Formats: sequence, structure tokens, C-alpha cells
Amino acid sequence: MKKSDITILVADDDPDYLFQTVFNLEKAGYKTVAVESQAEAESVIARFKPNLAIFDLMMESDDSGFILCYKIKRKYPDVPVILATAVSHETGLSFSLDSDQEKSWIRADRYLEKGIRPEQLDQEVMKLLKL
Amino acid sequence: MAVLKVLVIDDEPGIRSGVSRILNNFHVTYPFMDEDYTFEVTEAATGEDGIEILERELPDILLLDNKLPGIQGVEVLEYIRKRNYDIVVAMITSYASLDVAIRATRDGAIDFIPKPFTPQELKSSIENITKQQYLKRITHKMQQEGKKIRYQFLSVLSHELKAPLNALEGYLRMMQGKQAGDLIDDYATPIERSLQRIQGMRNLIMDLLDFTKIRLERKEEKIQEVNLAELASGAIVTVQPYAIQMDVSINLDVRSDAVIMADPGDMEIVFNNLISNAVKYNKVGGKAEITIDSSESEAILIISDTGIGITKNDTENLFAEFVRIKNEKTRNISGSGLGLSIVKKVVELYHGTIKVDSTPDVGTVFTIRLPKKPLTIT
Repeated sequence: MKKSDITILVADDDPDYLFQTVFNLEKAGYKTVAVESQAEAESVIARFKPNLAIFDLMMESDDSGFILCYKIKRKYPDVPVILATAVSHETGLSFSLDSDQEKSWIRADRYLEKGIRPEQLDQEVMKLLKL
Repeated sequence: MAVLKVLVIDDEPGIRSGVSRILNNFHVTYPFMDEDYTFEVTEAATGEDGIEILERELPDILLLDNKLPGIQGVEVLEYIRKRNYDIVVAMITSYASLDVAIRATRDGAIDFIPKPFTPQELKSSIENITKQQYLKRITHKMQQEGKKIRYQFLSVLSHELKAPLNALEGYLRMMQGKQAGDLIDDYATPIERSLQRIQGMRNLIMDLLDFTKIRLERKEEKIQEVNLAELASGAIVTVQPYAIQMDVSINLDVRSDAVIMADPGDMEIVFNNLISNAVKYNKVGGKAEITIDSSESEAILIISDTGIGITKNDTENLFAEFVRIKNEKTRNISGSGLGLSIVKKVVELYHGTIKVDSTPDVGTVFTIRLPKKPLTIT
């Protein structure tokens, strides 16, 4: 599959992060659908199957990202999902996808800290889509 | 498919078989749940039999009738509590008399299912219990792994400060790599957004300074007679340029002179926050009204606006730190989420009260009452 045939759903309530992520993904050659809330993301998922999704963790609620992962995987089990957040170690809220226990309830394929470089993001997307 | 064991203790055979029949075909799903939960029901006709069964194998959920032939339901409950058994108990009872309910709740019953119940009533109770049970297990596991979720002030703060830094860094990298073009004009949006994020961060830092001020700098010698009407007009002057920009008119109505003993800096914080909120969350052409009144013992401040309002649900957490109401209407309004928590802290420092009344799309009214008597500041 060519990058230009791939559509990535990006949900983030931080307009700047959304702008930058979409900008970088399009620069790398992907198509994107950008939404600013969990509710919008859910209505997109109901009507449309993206090739990959990138969700922010905290939107309307603190666990919006978790809920979106769960919902998209239930509808489209084969769509890879990246959970992106600025929440990190010092918040005491950190988690990874390293242990089986975490994998069992966080339905994401990758977990990325915000602020990653555009090249890294492109790499992760290509890996998940086996490009 | 995970199975939860349910024990039903009831002397009426009809109830027991009803529970079995309803729950045997029932399953509960919940986001994050690995798999659906189903139920396996065991029955006991007396409290004594029930205890014998649960001693053999602890159930996850106990549905317990209170009125039993031998020992009573509350006694079974007490038996379980004394041994610290991890069982969720719901009382099924037709006489939910107050004292039984109080005693049962104190001894760890978490739900009451009225008798007679419809299948739907039983199912929704069981669904709630299952979710609670599931969340309890997840939290427990996370605690064991030292990953307790704590929403502490500093931790959330680091998140709030990092978000704008990430945004700025992203924009600068975009420019560094000349990713949107070679001309400075190609970067008008990133530059504008960067400046806005810097302003947001500056506001957050200012709010934090207020926050530490009210926490640390409590100095008795700053307490003096403060005329609240004077402070209010000062705050209005500060907010006015912003109000003009938003086309919001601010009106001050002094019904009686309210003079209290306070640190003027503290009262400025209260007025600045509430009046700027009344403008910020208003509509174009809207109004903000500040009323100052006093009774014999109290000064009363009312700050009302004709703005977007707050839903009843959202008012519950409104005064907590870093709480910002996120919806379509507040999307483009920036704020630190600290302002109202600071206001509340100040008001409480002076043994006062703050109350909010709001109707979405109509407006919001904040009412503050502060005792006039010089009190020790705590």
C-alpha cells in the first residue's frame, strides 16, 4: 500500500498538537482526518474505517483515549491504534504497554509520549502498517 | 469469559429461582474489560446455610435478604465484615426500614434491591456491582505495582506546563526544518499560536503565584479595613480593555458599603478572577453585573453574567484545582483551571462561603458571603 492511500484518524483536544501531528503526517505523505474531541472521534469511527488511529488520552474526560481505543478495536479489530499523551512518569499516571496486565486493559498497539519527532512518528506508523 | 460467583440468601424459593434464572443468561460488558462477565448462582434458604456455603468458597457477590428464619441478614453482614471477606453485598429487602438500611450500609452493604424486583432492576444492580468490582480489582492491581493513580497538584501542574512547551517545540522544529516553506509568512499561524500558548503559560504562572501567596504569605499585619466596592471598581478598570474587546458591558451596583477586615491583596484576587471570568465566558454583547451588599454581619458579593453558563454536572467540580469545563463553547477560551480554586480558598480563609447558580446559555451567578467581624485567618 502507498502512503497516499492511507488515512489516519487523529483525535486531540489540543489544537496545536492536532495541527502539528496532521501537518507532519501529511508531510510524510499520509491522508488524515482530524477531530478535536472524543465525541467527534466516535462519530467518525461509526461511519468510517481509518487505516490507523492516533488518540490523545485526556480529552473530555481523563480516559477518553482509553475509551476510544476500546471502541475502535471492537468495531475494527485490525486497525492499529497509537495512544499519545503528555502524561508521563512524574505524574504518577505513567503506564506502558510492556506488561501483559497493561496490555490486557489498554487496547492500544503503541503508546507514545507527546513531543516525539516527526520522523519517529512516521517510523512508528510504518511499522504498525507494515509498510 | 470471566465468571462471577453469586450467592443468594433468601427464604423465599421464588426469589432464589428468579435470581438464578435471570442471572444465568445475563452478561456484563464494560470498556477496558477484557472479556464479558457472566454469573454463576448458588442458593441458600437461611443465613446459617449461607455462611456455611461462603466458608467453603467465597462468592464475589452476595444478594442477601434481611428477614430470614434464623439469623438475620444484618448478622450475616456483620459476620462477613468481621472477617474482612472481599464480597460485595447487596441487600434484597421489602422492608428497607431506615435503621436496617443504616446498619447494613455501615456493615458494608453497597446496594439495596427492593423486593419484589423486575428482571431489569436486578440486572442493573448487578451490572453496577460488577463494574465497581472490576474497577476495584484494576485499581488494586495498579496499587500493587506501585502505579497508584494520584492526581496531585504538582503532577497535574507538570502536565499543564508541558502541553504548551510541547506545542512551542513542535512549531519551532517546523520552522527550523523550513517544513512549511522558505518564507517567514509561511509560518504566520505557527507564530500566532506560539504567542497564544506563551500567554496561556504566563497566565498559569500568574495564577500559581496567587496560589502560593494565599498558601504561604499569611501575614496578620496586612489585615486592614477593606472597602469592597472600591476594590471592585479597581478590578473592573483592569478587566475593562478585555471587556471592550469582547463587547461585554460591566456594571457595578453598590447597594450598601461593605467594609470587612481583610488583606486587600486577597480580595483583589477574588474580584479579578470572578470579573474576568464573567467577561471571558460571556457572549458578544453580553453583560456582567457586580452587586455589593451587606447585612449586619456579612458582606455579600454577587457576580452575575449573561454568558454560556455551566451544566449542573459541571458545577460539582468547578472549584477543584485544574478543572476546566471542556465543551464546544469553551473550546477556544484559554485558562489555567486554577482561578476558581484560588477564589474558593481565599473565601474559606475568611470563613466565608461561595455558591454558584447557573443555567446553560443564560448565565452564571456567583454569590460570596464574607463575615464582617475581624476573625482569625486560618
